[in-house]
Amino acid sequence: MDMISIPVVNMTPILPEIFLSVLAMVLLLINVFGPSGQKSYLAYISFFGIVATAVLVGAGWGGHIESFSGSVVLDNFATFFKMIFLLAAGLAVLISDQYMEREGCNHGELYPLILFTVVGMMFMASGTDLMTIFLGLEVMSVSLYVLAGFNRANKKSNEAGLKYFLLGAFSTGFLLYGMALTYGATGTTRIYKIASVVGQMTLPSANIMLVAGMLLMMTGFLFKIAAVPFHMWTPDVYEGAPTPMTAFMSAGPKAAGFAALLRILLVAMPTLQVEWSQLLWVLAVLTMTVGNITALRQDNIKRMLAYSSIAHAGYALVGLTAGNGTATAGILFYMLSYTFMNIGAFAVIILIAKKGETNGNVMDFAGLGFKRPVLAVAMTIFLFSLAGMPPTAGFIGKFYLFSGAVQKGYIWLAVIGVLNSAASVYYYLRVMVYMYMKEPTEEFEWTQVTAPVALALIIAVAGSMIPGIVPSIILEYAQQAVKLI
Amino acid sequence: MENLNGYLIVSAILFAIGTIGVLTRKNAIVIFMCIELMLNAVNLTFISLSRHLGHLDGQIFVIFIMTVAAAEAAVGLALMIAFYNNKESIDVEDVNLMKW
Repeated sequence: MDMISIPVVNMTPILPEIFLSVLAMVLLLINVFGPSGQKSYLAYISFFGIVATAVLVGAGWGGHIESFSGSVVLDNFATFFKMIFLLAAGLAVLISDQYMEREGCNHGELYPLILFTVVGMMFMASGTDLMTIFLGLEVMSVSLYVLAGFNRANKKSNEAGLKYFLLGAFSTGFLLYGMALTYGATGTTRIYKIASVVGQMTLPSANIMLVAGMLLMMTGFLFKIAAVPFHMWTPDVYEGAPTPMTAFMSAGPKAAGFAALLRILLVAMPTLQVEWSQLLWVLAVLTMTVGNITALRQDNIKRMLAYSSIAHAGYALVGLTAGNGTATAGILFYMLSYTFMNIGAFAVIILIAKKGETNGNVMDFAGLGFKRPVLAVAMTIFLFSLAGMPPTAGFIGKFYLFSGAVQKGYIWLAVIGVLNSAASVYYYLRVMVYMYMKEPTEEFEWTQVTAPVALALIIAVAGSMIPGIVPSIILEYAQQAVKLI
Repeated sequence: MENLNGYLIVSAILFAIGTIGVLTRKNAIVIFMCIELMLNAVNLTFISLSRHLGHLDGQIFVIFIMTVAAAEAAVGLALMIAFYNNKESIDVEDVNLMKW
């Protein structure tokens, strides 16, 4: 009888994932058997776990190890994105405890779910096999469905969870069908093998099965990054979900979607670039314009930031359309700085809101600049960075995205991007006008800045400012990260 | 396998039926069943392609899809129960608190 030989696998590339998964499961057990009531200690344990994982991930910088017969890879590209995910999760954990306590839904399962989401996102960034990427995407999505509906007693949160689940599962269907057709056209699910098969085709754009597969896969990922026309879920889910989870959702999964898109489009299908970049050109323009124009008339600030997050996905799509070194490094830079500024802005929103998520309108910021000047300055920095004004990180990110597009000859795309960016200043400035130029209607005496939230705000302010003043500290890493793909 | 196209056409039709179902039905559970139909159409595509190409990759993929679909069903039904507890309905017409 033939013996099944067990292959030797190198576990090094997935060590951070193993560590996080084990930590998440241990936390679930601690939550059940540990003391009931107070759950803050779970937040602290997960925060230090995330820091430890970041050290583990950082130690792998510069290496290039393929493992599990080429379905997972450890390279700088994956490492950079893993750092973004860990950062988003770390900030989300810091701002969660106070909010969850106030809303009365401080269930301990929150933190393991965040960690599982991170594990899924990490596999999306490091997967070099359609199977790994799919599994990562699903681990991420299934945890996110729960996180969106986490506040069980809140009707809006219920709706957000249900809506995200139904539309997310629907988009998964398209993604999988795309993967199946790609598998049929190329005979493999390994990204590098797909690349060599597609590279040998004389006319890949004439292969209907391959093109259909690529388009359907793109549909699935564009849904996750909230690009128009697959954006309809975004405002509702972002508004209904608990605010810390909205912050997390707008930063982490968007970056993960871009990681997977970059790897599939640039590594597996570079010979089809003419075709997919034409399509992305249109989608980038639509995404920026629809996001910004709809954001102009929002009063609810979470909803406004949801539409602005659609617009930001559009800016990053400009970089993907160009697809050259400058623009892809720009995407990585932008995703990192977006994580800082967006989670920072949501942290301030959490502090301004009252129990039951009331006080969430732009008008409720009236007079914040007089009553709580430090908070108002922090919010101003985040909004300036989101609007892309110098000297913030948001400006540098947009600069690299648009200059990449210009280098590739997409002058009009860059022009439309800059115009959109100018339009977006209106709704970001509107919040500032309320903060500094309106009479205060509230005393903001309920706004307590606890130590974890203060730490998150400091990290977010530093992350939105420092890369704007000395871009090279991030940009060098981003450039090294995209060199390999 | 001599009749690959037949299998692919059947799975494409199944996928289309599932998609149309998702877009036209109002009951969240029926919508979820339509999504499952889409996933099973994908499974059929994978298995027939796997047989045609003569290796196992596609069939392994199907096992993963089925596992993930089970996990998704568990989470999805829990979300529907939470929604039902608050609204006494799982009709998607009642998912209407937030409008732009």
